[in-house]
Amino acid sequence: MRFREIIAMALTSLGANKLRSALTMTGITIGVFSVISVMTAIGALQASIESGISFLGANIFQFAKYPVNVNAGGRNQKKYENRHNVSYRQALHYHQLMEGYAREICLKSFDFKGQAVYNGLKTTPSLTVAGSNSSFLTANSYTLAYGRNINDEDVALARRVVVIGKTIENRLFPHESPIGKVMKLNGQTFTVIGGLKAKGTAFGQSQDDICVVPITRFFENFGEANRTVNIATQSFSQENYNATFDRAIGAMRIARGLRAEQENDFDIYSNDSLKSAFTSIAGIVRIGAFVISLIALIAAGIGIMNIMLVSVTERTKEIGIRKSIGARSRDILRQFLTEAVFISEAGGILGIILGVVGGDLLAMWLQADLIFPFGWAIAGLVVCSAIGIGFGFYPAWRAAALDPIDALRFE
Amino acid sequence: MLNTDTMRPRGPIVIDIENITKHYVMGEETVHALRGVTLQIHRNEYLAIMGPSGSGKSTLMNMLGCLDTPSSGRYEFNGKDVSSMDDDELAAIRNREIGFVFQTFNLLPRSTSLRNVELPLIYAGVDPETREERAAQTLRDVGLGERLHHKPNELSGGQRQRVAIARALVNNPSIILADEPTGNLDSKTGEEIMALLENLYQAGHTIILVTHEADIARHARRTVHLRDGLIESDATSAATELQTLAFT
Repeated sequence: MRFREIIAMALTSLGANKLRSALTMTGITIGVFSVISVMTAIGALQASIESGISFLGANIFQFAKYPVNVNAGGRNQKKYENRHNVSYRQALHYHQLMEGYAREICLKSFDFKGQAVYNGLKTTPSLTVAGSNSSFLTANSYTLAYGRNINDEDVALARRVVVIGKTIENRLFPHESPIGKVMKLNGQTFTVIGGLKAKGTAFGQSQDDICVVPITRFFENFGEANRTVNIATQSFSQENYNATFDRAIGAMRIARGLRAEQENDFDIYSNDSLKSAFTSIAGIVRIGAFVISLIALIAAGIGIMNIMLVSVTERTKEIGIRKSIGARSRDILRQFLTEAVFISEAGGILGIILGVVGGDLLAMWLQADLIFPFGWAIAGLVVCSAIGIGFGFYPAWRAAALDPIDALRFE
Repeated sequence: MLNTDTMRPRGPIVIDIENITKHYVMGEETVHALRGVTLQIHRNEYLAIMGPSGSGKSTLMNMLGCLDTPSSGRYEFNGKDVSSMDDDELAAIRNREIGFVFQTFNLLPRSTSLRNVELPLIYAGVDPETREERAAQTLRDVGLGERLHHKPNELSGGQRQRVAIARALVNNPSIILADEPTGNLDSKTGEEIMALLENLYQAGHTIILVTHEADIARHARRTVHLRDGLIESDATSAATELQTLAFT
């Protein structure tokens, strides 16, 4: 028997039970969709990260109390919580030690419950308020659209000035220039001195609903207790990045008052460490998606087996007829196996298409480049064939092993 | 009584069974369905196998149709020993040498007449163009040239049985094995089907009819009566043979 005949036969019998075939297929589709969409999204993110998107600006590293994936730390969680906050005093000490050895040293502390009010208009009460210095924009890849940046004098005098992000500007100053306007930020008055260019979203978070105020003013208004200062340092060039990095760790240890034998009580972020942190998180997510899909696919495979067994029973007569006119056992086996594989493959292909679309939509939302995960798609097809054959074999064997006389007599 | 052998030359032997038995084990009991049947069927015979239920009629038919193998005894089909064949070889014999016609037609309900008739050719590995051509021609031969693309539920009982007969004929088999072919038809349609079988016999086909209706069996030239797994009588109807001769 030719391959075409077998496919045609499989299509005819599947077509006779469209709803049932479709429902059985859906199980496979869901399993394949979950793995392919996650793999596509992660693959897209990773490709973007590896092809040069930087978490931090160029030649920048950062010191902070907490590591990036603090939640993935598990048993180490307590260790990070027990660390002392990096105080402003320590940060200034570090700044002083590094003076002249780095291009930019950005001290920053955050509050995430900011709300700006101007002329009766309000923003959402979830603005990021950054208390920082003149280096904030460079260290976080922001660009000034107009007005001026915070300067050292603003910090020294704890001036009530603010640089606002695009979202806030659009919300509070739709028809006028914000420069020189006095707005309220969490009940305190601030004069707007500059506006930032839009930066878009990163990892699903808008980066444009931000207010930057002098760090000294930030501590006065929002309190200094229970706040930790993050320090971003930019070297003069790529060449002396490593030298700067080594010196900075020494300076930070001095600022933190660590003795020689004590280990660092702060975490270091660099693009490399962030990439590897991302990779390790991605790995965990991948394994999770893989295991979940595997379970889903096994459940779907059992669904296929079940429906094929029902189908064999229902079509006992047909099997008898086919055998009486000369179908060999292997023809019957092949026919039922093809149906199982067909359901599985069709479900798989649908799952791959939906998964790639879903994953790439997610990647688009996260502003990563789109990819087509060929490896995973092929693996998906192979796994679907294996499921079709694996779970379809027993029902097909049952069909093939039917005695033609009994099968013909079946009503 | 006339000796028909002299009047109509017999063809070569198609089916040669000698002393075959068949028993089934059902729980504690052994059922002896056939207790030693010897039978020879020649090419272009028209034979009826008759008998009450439980006579071993169905078992003999399954045996002749190569759906089953005997417990003991010898069965040669066209000179080939069938009793020692494996399932695949039996399937090939069924495909090429035997055309089944069933009481309940046994067509595939979701396939058109053409597809149903093509089915034996598919399993025989005939290429699609030849297949379709031969299936269509055979359907025209049984008078269904207008019903090629109808599905069984769009056909009358008689038409369905014609499709089944076309399916039995399409591979040009050595024998046509008809099991109560008129059992599900009204008597008028039944007569039409019997007339079709008569035509096939006249055209040179070998026909084995399994029935419990004497009216139907009367169409055959030779009648074998079974009782309790043994042949009770094997008679050639001289009168009908003469009638036939008169027409030819």
